[in-house]
Amino acid sequence: MDRIPVLRMGSLLLITIQVDMHDKLALQLQDDVTHRITEYGSTGVLIDISSLEIVDSFIGRMLANVAAMSRVLGAETVVVGMQPAVAITLVELGMSLPGVRTALSVEAGMELLLTAAAETAYGFDDERSQA
Amino acid sequence: MNVLKRDEQPLKSSSDVVAARQKVRQWSTELRFSLVDQTKLITAASELARNALDHGKGGAMTIELISNHGKSGLRLIFEDQGPGIPDIEQALKDGFTTGSGMGLGLGGSKRLVNEFSIESEVGKGTKVTIIRWK
Ligand SMILES: Nc1ncnc2c1ncn2[C@@H]1O[C@H](COP(=O)(O)OP(=O)(O)OP(=O)(O)O)[C@@H](O)[C@H]1O
Ligand SMILES: [Mg+2]
Repeated sequence: MDRIPVLRMGSLLLITIQVDMHDKLALQLQDDVTHRITEYGSTGVLIDISSLEIVDSFIGRMLANVAAMSRVLGAETVVVGMQPAVAITLVELGMSLPGVRTALSVEAGMELLLTAAAETAYGFDDERSQA
Repeated sequence: MNVLKRDEQPLKSSSDVVAARQKVRQWSTELRFSLVDQTKLITAASELARNALDHGKGGAMTIELISNHGKSGLRLIFEDQGPGIPDIEQALKDGFTTGSGMGLGLGGSKRLVNEFSIESEVGKGTKVTIIRWK
């Protein structure tokens, strides 16, 4: 069975979604991410969706699920690279992606996650301004 | 209203949903829809195709290139012979689901198109028709 690769980058995990998602792939991915987080002690998850031409409620739910599961395991999720047309459509669809943070690029997402992790480590969590 | 071209896509598996999206993408590119309009129509199609598959036990999508008083557009018809929808008004409400979804598909796809209609009969099936004009 094909799967979506989950790459380790230091304390973060990077997932690039390039294929048209379907049920089995989504479930497999949720499984893989939770296992990798516990295995590597990752503090952040980056999900690159720049090659997705649409995000429907199915993919939206998958992204929200990954974020929720990761949070329970102590890792923050940032979705990066959403195309403008996709973002406009998502809003009209009525999906707000609860608990999912977004950034324009992988680099920006990494910075967000590494800053958040550093603040948590120094106990500045409550003073975080750009959450 | 004239139908200039028509095609059909079965919706029996989740790879058929992918094929339906690709068909809508291809036709809306041919009609030179803007990228945002394409994205809206494909997203609506994806929701309705998945509903036909998940709730309607499979069905088919008909795609038509239509024209009316010099306007052109795409009409998509999703039909299944599943259990039907007992209360359409309730089903259209954001957040209403009988499954494990978010209950956004029907109400959301209605917002993404210019025309939207549902016919459904309990025990017989469901037919959803949407149009996006150029
Ligand atoms: N083709 C259909 N046949 C039977 N019931 C349907 C059909 N389409 C929708 N429904 C009913 O309407 C409800 C709402 O549909 P909607 O697409 O809005 O939400 P969902 O499919 O449950 O979740 P989501 O689309 O957000 O993943 C469904 O839960 C189901 O009960
Ligand atoms: Mg649905």
